[in-house]
Amino acid sequence: MTVQSTTPGAAAQELARREHTLSQRVQHLLHQRPALSPAIILLMTVIIFTAVNSRFSNPAALSLLVQQTAVVAALAVGQTLIILTAGIDLSVGAITILSTMVMATLAAENGWPAGLALAAGVILGLAAGALNGILVTRIGLPPFIVTLGTLSIFTAVALLYSSGQSIQNNRLPDLLNWTGEGFSIGQFRITTGVVLVVALYLVLGYALTQTAWGRHVYAVGDDPEAARLSGIRSGRLLLSVYAVAGLIYGIAGWILIGRAGAASPNAIVDANLDSITAVVIGGTSLFGGRGGLLGTLLGALIVQAFTVGLSLAGVDAQYRLLAVGILVIVAVSVDQWIRKVRS
Amino acid sequence: MTATVNRPQDTQLRAPILSARGLVKTFGRVIGLDGVDLDLYAGEVLAVIGDNGAGKSTLIKCLTGALVPDAGHLVLEERPVTFRRPQDARAAGIETVYQTLAVAPALDIASNMYLGREERRRGILGSVFRMLDHRGMRDRASAAVRDLGIQTIQNIQQPVETLSGGQRQAVAVARAAAFGSKVVVLDEPTAALGVKESNQVLEMIKGLRERGLPVILISHNMPHVWEVADRIHIQRLGRCAGVITPDSHTMSDGVAIMTGATNLQDPQPTS
Repeated sequence: MTVQSTTPGAAAQELARREHTLSQRVQHLLHQRPALSPAIILLMTVIIFTAVNSRFSNPAALSLLVQQTAVVAALAVGQTLIILTAGIDLSVGAITILSTMVMATLAAENGWPAGLALAAGVILGLAAGALNGILVTRIGLPPFIVTLGTLSIFTAVALLYSSGQSIQNNRLPDLLNWTGEGFSIGQFRITTGVVLVVALYLVLGYALTQTAWGRHVYAVGDDPEAARLSGIRSGRLLLSVYAVAGLIYGIAGWILIGRAGAASPNAIVDANLDSITAVVIGGTSLFGGRGGLLGTLLGALIVQAFTVGLSLAGVDAQYRLLAVGILVIVAVSVDQWIRKVRS
Repeated sequence: MTATVNRPQDTQLRAPILSARGLVKTFGRVIGLDGVDLDLYAGEVLAVIGDNGAGKSTLIKCLTGALVPDAGHLVLEERPVTFRRPQDARAAGIETVYQTLAVAPALDIASNMYLGREERRRGILGSVFRMLDHRGMRDRASAAVRDLGIQTIQNIQQPVETLSGGQRQAVAVARAAAFGSKVVVLDEPTAALGVKESNQVLEMIKGLRERGLPVILISHNMPHVWEVADRIHIQRLGRCAGVITPDSHTMSDGVAIMTGATNLQDPQPTS
């Protein structure tokens, strides 16, 4: 009664102009900057664990944390690419192990030159990824099923090929062990493997944000039909994504040798779920089309920070699993909430 | 009222921008198109109406490369053309706004407008490092949206999912009109919209015509067709039942021809 609106829609305009509530503003901010929530969580994790045990944030401990994160962080790059296209890769660990065993066996048992053995392992990773891609795009199987199948296939091939035997680093050429070498800045030690991981993030981050290929990865994951009608050849694009992911897993296999000090067919059993966890906590949507590598890197660091922090705090290691599980659920819930944003 | 020039009398004198002759398309034993002719002239809005199954979608798909006709041929600007894929039609200058809009919701407006035809930076950054020209694309996208007189879109970096249905339609139309296209095809652009948003889209169609861009409009909505169309192509049972104008025939005439209640003796109206 007190307000007289003369033009139609005036009340609606009034409504649109009203102050956004705090939660709306937070929602909007998170929508624009998906890496913000994992950044806040990582910061809080570091502060809390340092408060509990100051050894957590001394340079030696932090550099160890970074080295421990390296392999999962590398795998999560490939996983991010695939999840951005609304796919999922369960064969991450299997491809990595296969690459590792092939490069180590060729060098140690078959006397291949180190460079050639390394290249063969990395290219095998690319080929394995491409096989996933062909099955997804040409035969049209869901990525979950394809990679569930190739998870078993690649694991079996790696075990058969290596006869289930590990190869210690004293039998491996220097080039394959190089990823474990490094240099120190004060107490902070940086390995070649860590440098490689950072390089992977920079190169793929550039490709995702600055090139048409990256734009198309997001578009295909967001709305495949719209992407197709816009003239994007989604089959070819998906194939390239799976192949690039395979290449990254091959490189991760090399990093793994340096980190573990051996090539073992039984290493990184949790790699699949750890890489998916890092991606999801990093704010990339399992429905595809949103997220990014910065979040994934933060996500991988968060998971490792929980592990290290809880053990330094003297807490049973099982609580780490519990905490990570809760974090995954929270991260996906936040993603769902953010997706509902409207201007 | 707005465009009484360029009406059928003088369109007869000029060569059409796009013309189709004797298009036939069958799906097994089902006849989709049974020898259809269509002409589109510069600066006109040609509506295509017809009952379900009359062949309007098939006709449009043959014009935009989504289907390959079994027989007949297309002439674009006096040159014969054949389209095997939608990309071929697009490369030739026929832009289609699909009913589903074909926009990626999480990408921003500028990215959507340039989706599938991104522009790279000049020099070594673009040629070797494949770097996108983000700023250039943003600026040109803003200009394109402004040219169409769409005021409601403030921020070109807004994700499309935060826009209303009418605004999304505006983005899709702006994308179709922005790239030096020769023909814009709109498939049911107002079907999912409310009254106010429909009017915005109709104004946009008139805007395209004022810029001299010919438009093919597929619609079920007779008042919308009669408001913006210069000529109306009526599909019936896979054939063209006639071409009328909003001046020569009323809406009920149109519906009667469409449903076969009356036959149009002279398919080319004289007035």
